[in-house]
Amino acid sequence: MKILIVDDFSTMRRIIKNLLRDLGFTNTSEADDGKTALPMLQGGGFDFLITDWNMPGMTGIDLLRAVRADSNLAGLPVLMVTAESKRDQIVEAAQAGVNGYIVKPFTAQTLKEKIDKIFERVNAA
Amino acid sequence: MDSQNLAEVRADDETLARARDLVVALEAGKEEEARLILDDLARLREGQLFQELGKLTRELHETLKNFHLDARLSDLAEQEIPDAKERLNHVIDMTEQAAHRTLNAVEEALPLAEGLEEESGAIRAEWERFRRKEMSADQFRAFSRRLDQFLPRVEEEVRQLHRHISDVLMAQDFQDLTGQIIRRVITLVQDVEQSLVDLIRLSGGRSPQEQEKGAGEGEEKEKEKRNIVAEGPQVLASEAENTVSGQDEVDDLLSSLGF
Repeated sequence: MKILIVDDFSTMRRIIKNLLRDLGFTNTSEADDGKTALPMLQGGGFDFLITDWNMPGMTGIDLLRAVRADSNLAGLPVLMVTAESKRDQIVEAAQAGVNGYIVKPFTAQTLKEKIDKIFERVNAA
Repeated sequence: MDSQNLAEVRADDETLARARDLVVALEAGKEEEARLILDDLARLREGQLFQELGKLTRELHETLKNFHLDARLSDLAEQEIPDAKERLNHVIDMTEQAAHRTLNAVEEALPLAEGLEEESGAIRAEWERFRRKEMSADQFRAFSRRLDQFLPRVEEEVRQLHRHISDVLMAQDFQDLTGQIIRRVITLVQDVEQSLVDLIRLSGGRSPQEQEKGAGEGEEKEKEKRNIVAEGPQVLASEAENTVSGQDEVDDLLSSLGF
């Protein structure tokens, strides 16, 4: 299971990376915005994308849309982990095809639950 | 003297010259010529009138522009600067909380580590006595009981250590959240700076074309604002209305959308 973590703050990337390691996911890569993340994803090999929303360059919502528009990536599970907490934004992300949405600040438990739920659904499909 | 005043003086000179011509024509009894000169004078008068009208229009235009800018500045002063203060206070609170959370975890973890180190050192010393066959059967039974208590204790306390270290890890999320808030305040400071620069330019008499350009930029900014854009953490009480208050509400909203 290879996971890409996208956040413009390196501290948050490290937090997520360490939490994932605790959950048994050791194969992770990092990108600091959508613009760097997209070519990495298109390069192939990723099974899961965790992305922030508010990033300079290319935002997480635009990255999500780009992923869904790319026939090779369209099925990639995407979890959004973001401080964006307006209802409009959550609806927007859902419509763009997000698989899970976590608002910051979050707990290790929440991250585990959402990841479990996403894979439960992916495996059932 | 600017070009406008120069034009007025020239117009006055021309009026005076034509008036003299009129007197000469009338004295000479040249009625046809006098009538033509009178028409000329009337046209001159009209020209001046239009010039005045143009000047008034431009003044009105500039006043309206100024008013627009004043509105932006007062908005900044009345609303956005106090908001920014509240945001920055929130940053202080968050960094303080994160520091305390980290220190609490460290303060609880250190005695656990020290206790484990102490007990494992004592057990190692007894184990060495046993290996050297310096232990009686009674002493070995006591040692065995000590070991029985120690092993589950290690398991439990290492679990606690892990929890405290995870807590230190999670406490670092303040850097991302406060970073986003500070970035937003920086944008505001830049906004204030730009408004002040614009104000200085206006009071220094910028050309109307330049003002048109500035107004266009503002419109574009407004347009950008209308789309859904990233805003970072919601801090203000006034922002609470359309904002979820935690992960549970996010989950509720998503499940209402069929998630």
